[in-house]
Amino acid sequence: MSAYLLRRLLFAAPILVGVNLITFALFFLVSGPDDMARVHLGVKHVTPEAITAWKRARGYDRPLFYDPAQPEIGQSFSRTVFFDKSLKLFVFEFGRSDSGRDIGSDIAQRMWPSLAIAVPVFALGLLANITFAMLIAFFRASYLDIGAVVACIVLMSISPLFYIIGGQYLFGKVLHLVPISGYAPGWSAWSFVVLPVLVGVVSGIGSGTRWYRTIFLEEMHKDYVRTARAKGLSEYRVLFGHVLRNALVPILTGAVVIFPLLFMGSLLLESFFAIPGLGSYTIDAIHSQDFAVVRAMVFLGSVLYIAGLLLTDISYTLVDPRIRLGRVR
Amino acid sequence: MPARAFPPRPISAGLALCTFLAACSAGPSNSPYPAAERGTNTLYGSFRERPKHLDPAQSYSSNEIIFTAQIYEPPLQYHYLRRPYQLVPLTGVDLPTVRYFAADGTELGEHEPAERVVRSVYAIRLRPGIRYQPHPAFARDEGGRLLYHEMDDTRLAGYRTIADFRGTGSRELVAADYVYQIKRLAHPDVQSPIRGLMAEYVLGLGELAARLSELRDSEPDAFIDLREHELAGVQVTGRHSYQITIHGKYPQFIYWLAMPFFAPVPWEADRFYAQPGMAQRNLTLDWFPVGTGPYMLVENNPNYRMTLRRNPNFRGEPYPDAGEPGDGESGLLADAGKRMPFIDSAVYSLEKEDIPYWSKFLQGYYDTSGVSSDSFDQAVTIGGRGEVALSEALVAQGIRLQTAIAPTIFYLGFNMLDPVVGGYSARARKLRQALAIAIDYEEFVSIFLNGRGIAAHGPLPPGIFGYRDGMDGINPFAYEWRDGRAQRHSIDHARRLLAEAGIENGRDRVSGEPLVLNLDITASGPQDKARLDWFRKQFRKLDIELLVRNTDYNRFQDKMRNGNAQIFFWGWNADYPDPENFLFLLYGPNGKVAHGGENAANYSSAEFDRLFDRMKSMANGAERQALIDAMLELVREDAPWVWGFHPTQFTLLHSWYGNAKPNQMANNTLKFHRIDPLLRERRRMAWNEPRAWPFFVVLGLLIVLAAPALVLYLRRERADAFGSRAA
Repeated sequence: MSAYLLRRLLFAAPILVGVNLITFALFFLVSGPDDMARVHLGVKHVTPEAITAWKRARGYDRPLFYDPAQPEIGQSFSRTVFFDKSLKLFVFEFGRSDSGRDIGSDIAQRMWPSLAIAVPVFALGLLANITFAMLIAFFRASYLDIGAVVACIVLMSISPLFYIIGGQYLFGKVLHLVPISGYAPGWSAWSFVVLPVLVGVVSGIGSGTRWYRTIFLEEMHKDYVRTARAKGLSEYRVLFGHVLRNALVPILTGAVVIFPLLFMGSLLLESFFAIPGLGSYTIDAIHSQDFAVVRAMVFLGSVLYIAGLLLTDISYTLVDPRIRLGRVR
Repeated sequence: MPARAFPPRPISAGLALCTFLAACSAGPSNSPYPAAERGTNTLYGSFRERPKHLDPAQSYSSNEIIFTAQIYEPPLQYHYLRRPYQLVPLTGVDLPTVRYFAADGTELGEHEPAERVVRSVYAIRLRPGIRYQPHPAFARDEGGRLLYHEMDDTRLAGYRTIADFRGTGSRELVAADYVYQIKRLAHPDVQSPIRGLMAEYVLGLGELAARLSELRDSEPDAFIDLREHELAGVQVTGRHSYQITIHGKYPQFIYWLAMPFFAPVPWEADRFYAQPGMAQRNLTLDWFPVGTGPYMLVENNPNYRMTLRRNPNFRGEPYPDAGEPGDGESGLLADAGKRMPFIDSAVYSLEKEDIPYWSKFLQGYYDTSGVSSDSFDQAVTIGGRGEVALSEALVAQGIRLQTAIAPTIFYLGFNMLDPVVGGYSARARKLRQALAIAIDYEEFVSIFLNGRGIAAHGPLPPGIFGYRDGMDGINPFAYEWRDGRAQRHSIDHARRLLAEAGIENGRDRVSGEPLVLNLDITASGPQDKARLDWFRKQFRKLDIELLVRNTDYNRFQDKMRNGNAQIFFWGWNADYPDPENFLFLLYGPNGKVAHGGENAANYSSAEFDRLFDRMKSMANGAERQALIDAMLELVREDAPWVWGFHPTQFTLLHSWYGNAKPNQMANNTLKFHRIDPLLRERRRMAWNEPRAWPFFVVLGLLIVLAAPALVLYLRRERADAFGSRAA
């Protein structure tokens, strides 16, 4: 397995370089350093000298990829915007945002609110979806099954914004049970996290339950289930002892791959509930054309996605003894 | 049958949880603030975007100045109550004395023509005894050495925020601190947005910037101690006095002395933050300001919350004892002579969306609110004659409404360099005048701003000297005075103007080509579609087709700089309450294409420029008014802008909020305001009583839903292989 992991990690390197190059090129094609300077300096009294000074202070006055003016060939590559701003990411040196803040420090601070929302939404959502899907599968071909599928479709058809605004209205404004929005550090965060987590779980129940129901129903028509029933096992044992275990591979395919990405936060939930996480950090950076932050977050997203795929592969070996990661014989 | 516990286990667990939650919060359970803050003299506000800069040399945005204006103290401030706006001393003993000098060094009188004045000298005297807020930059050990000025990355391990420094100190404000800050405007590491502008005025600032830039090139990481670098135009003349020398005569310079750009920065703070490892921890002057003002920033987490707290070293400025007529009757003078500030702390939370903000305001968790389009109908009712009133629900909550026309203009500009809409021929002028009639900004304000604004008749907003109200102030090329109010000329009138311009039924009379005009705009949101459709409709009134060239902000700026836009939407917010700050937007030497200035329409009129040169250095009075009238007459006829509108700001205040008076110029207003925290607490409790009945409804629903499932489950469990029930 270690050889397989090493191979996958080596494959990841060119992917990350490619992502980096594309992000870099996209940003510099859409808006160059002059544009960034204007956005940051505002609209009043912006002089060419101010733009030059802004670029100089942030190293955007250097050549993009190659500086022929440097005496040594190494410096010709290292004293460039690409090297300074993008390649240093590979050692997780994020540098400073275009507004002057240390990005690494901001990420370290903002990852906790993101995780405080994303991890419970993921865990409770998975639990709720699997539980409901199992129940519906148990009552398959009954009015309960039909009713539940209809309910799932209704839930899927509602915009996530409706859940957010509806949740804030009902629980915050009408019932006065939780704050409508906001955040507090440490354990005080619980009262701010309850509602976004509830909204996150409920808004995903429709699609999640339907997806897992399909997986379970497919499993339930297999021979081993018939054998189990023929042996006289209760339906409860059949479902939770056999069907669930055999359905774990498709469940893990969908779940584990997104697990590392939970770190990146939720754009919509964080924005509406004023949660100071990494999702809103990215959105803010895009709006303010803070290339340094966007570059760091895109890179981090790619690393986490690759990590997620790797974890998924590893998790297969844990739930299915037939799967081995290694050389093909 | 064994006895069962009652209530059933899930219900008792739920009740226990509710009790626990209620006990934890010890107040309304929907309160977004810690229980420890209940009943404290704290103001609650919000910010939508985190401030980028709190360094007074860099900060220039409205979301930043709400913080910097409470912390930093420039020598002057605007009188809180008097109108028209009036400058008064803040840290100064009195207003600066200004002396004018000719080229040969002889002193000139105040009313001398600006052409003769080569330099002006502003002398400022400071009050002694003003002290800085406690800050580690001033902390000294027993030997008198600065405690935290020999830090490095290793010693800084464990320091994450300014509060982690246990030792603090303070010292008296001296004139050298003001001089130090003015030098910082030229510092290469500080990208001050006004460096270019001030280099034109402050003697030697441009040269200092060049010298410091060279020094930075030769020593990239060294601390630049600005005390060692002379700035020709700024001199310390005593411990508590200094003077600023500027080129020529620029009477508006005094307004800059009321902005944080000219507030003091102690060298100790600059040195403290320049140490290695500070910036990596986000410990910079840009994030942790050091000032002498009534408040200091004790918590700066722009990711979710920023807190200002009363500066214990603040001298205690008295509340004004005079204002406008009517201020006494409205209670604004009840605190006359009392020492400010009245509020102990102000907490600003990150709130990105309007809906949660509005809901929390109604619950009493924010003390003031604007009125967004989403909440307008809920907050305000418009009467038959357009009069604005609060809705009954808000009146019942004791909420008050304040309105004020902002010193701002939004306009539709014509690029005067454009061959179709630009130029100064009679044809082009009549085309622009016709469009100015057709584009009905009263309708725009009514549809898109819910009536929150007034149509403009020229570049000057109300409240700025030179603005005329009523019949004298109308734009006669687009309006006439009828039935006691300004009414737009008819579309037929506009069509006649177009016909005189050689355009009939939307086509050029000679070539027969249809007239197609282009509007360059940065409209990205779905809500902008209705506005763009509205603009097309206005042009269609004259059978003119309008093409909207929607573009991103950067490309739009490029077009404006290169003169490639034809018609554009633009705006301007006053820096200071002087007509010069608006009329310079039409001054030829400020043309955007030719000079990179703020005259986005590239309007150029020798007569206008001549009048502007005379007007800008004049004191307010009849002569200046006459010049402004003549200038307005000129630009109204040339019509380089469709004058657009001045927005009206609506502010809602809770009943516990006192001493609030709209002041569009002053930003350091927090110290004047007052709240009644006990009344607020009572209202919050009354408005936010938790309702637990839904738990029981949900529980009932679950039981109802579970019953058929249970029946089906039991039926299936008892069924045999053929589907029939077991015996």
